[in-house]
Amino acid sequence: MNTGDTAFMMLATVLVMFMTPGLGLFYGGLVRAKNVLSTILQSFCCLGLVSLVWVFYGYSMAFGPDVAGFVGNLDWVFLKGVGIAPGPYSDTIPDLVFCAFQLMFAIITPALITGAYAERIKFTSYMLFTVLWVTFVYFPICHWVWGGGWLGSLGALDFAGGTVIHINSACAALAAALVIGKRRGYGREPIHPHNLPMTVLGGAILWVGWFGFNAGSALAADGIAALALFNTQVATGAALLAWMVAEWMKQGKPTTLGAVSGAVAGLVAITPAAGFVGPVPAIIIGLVAGVVCYLAVLLKGKLGYDDALDVVGIHGVGGVWGALATGLFASTAWNSGGADGLFYGNFHQFVIQAIGVGASIGYSFVVSFVILKVVDILLGLRVSEEEEVQGLDITQHSEIGYTN
Amino acid sequence: MKKIEAVIKPFKLDDVKEALSDIGVTGMTVSEVKGHGRQKGHKEIYRGAEYVVDFIPKVKLEIIVAAEMVEQVVDTICKAANTGKIGDGKIFVLPVDDVIRVRTGERGKEAI
Repeated sequence: MNTGDTAFMMLATVLVMFMTPGLGLFYGGLVRAKNVLSTILQSFCCLGLVSLVWVFYGYSMAFGPDVAGFVGNLDWVFLKGVGIAPGPYSDTIPDLVFCAFQLMFAIITPALITGAYAERIKFTSYMLFTVLWVTFVYFPICHWVWGGGWLGSLGALDFAGGTVIHINSACAALAAALVIGKRRGYGREPIHPHNLPMTVLGGAILWVGWFGFNAGSALAADGIAALALFNTQVATGAALLAWMVAEWMKQGKPTTLGAVSGAVAGLVAITPAAGFVGPVPAIIIGLVAGVVCYLAVLLKGKLGYDDALDVVGIHGVGGVWGALATGLFASTAWNSGGADGLFYGNFHQFVIQAIGVGASIGYSFVVSFVILKVVDILLGLRVSEEEEVQGLDITQHSEIGYTN
Repeated sequence: MKKIEAVIKPFKLDDVKEALSDIGVTGMTVSEVKGHGRQKGHKEIYRGAEYVVDFIPKVKLEIIVAAEMVEQVVDTICKAANTGKIGDGKIFVLPVDDVIRVRTGERGKEAI
């Protein structure tokens, strides 16, 4: 046990927790005023739902003793055997701290998906979907990469969850956008963000929290944590500028929403690479993420699906780029516990990264699609047309975000 | 008596108000309005998607004057509100049947 590591990891846990309400504000500002509370609540409520599921069986499924490389078994249900002594994942911090840190990741991942079906999902269906999704998609994929599963054994590098969290949530988001359908009026009438300052505030909270997310993934207050923290800052700054300038060149004006969207794209892209690459490659990862994610968001309009808040364009495309870029730029000179990437003579690592990307895309999309169909049959995913026009705040929650 | 309605650019309001008070106009009603003429709307961009917003913020002045003052008031507004660019606004002149001062009950020109 190490008090420095323990103190650092408890702080990192708290920082990651704060990302989920931050995400709620980020998303909340992007929807119309009549849906601001429902959108915020869909993030906020994950703090409750997933915390309980995690204790009941989630931690055991994700990190418990391995079954065929696919999922953890149920030996640790109700956190049996998980205590204040160090556990199997770290010698220097209490098992409960690791468990709490990982819980925060499990909370924010389904919250990310809510951006795809915002402004039209029934609240009960959202709750059922979230519980089923973390059970059948998040816990297994988390196990594959970090819990002793097949992808981690293969040597896939995912420092803080590019595959587990971002690619995973984005594939579920794409499935959700396809199953639930477009918002009423999408493509015909303008659907504007109602409060961009709220979105910027949420984005800033995400950025702050992300230092805990990435640096904390070192699981120790050490040099690798420092590397991850530094890379998180410079990659994000680079992506912010890249998106803003790309939009400036294409549309003639730099926008605030472009800058904050670019920042989130950069945070996503550096996530898998944060503790494996040097600061200069981190900047390159950020610059590319800003431009590529911007183009992906533009492309959405042509493809015709209504991923309302661009989960696919930012978390999916940014996540895939980050996972592949880890296979390009990873260097054992920076992290001897990692691996060398393609640019350091190891083509094999790039192949492993691509396998990880492909497997998580396939599994997450298919299983998410099935879960959405099941929820649709059981409860109906979507509110009625009249409820959608009135807004989810008043129809689902009987409250409004703003009085006149 | 005539009513002069002038729809102008908001940032020109102070110039117009001062110019009018210099020629002896004693009262006016001002409201914030939205609209468009040939200028059309302006462009907003959200995550790369462009929207044209049809209505642009303007200020509307309503002034009641004696008929013989109309030309002078119209000229003054035109000069003070002019930027030479599209979107400078419009002026409408309408007849007014009567004016009543609520406090005293005076009517017509005396009440202006």
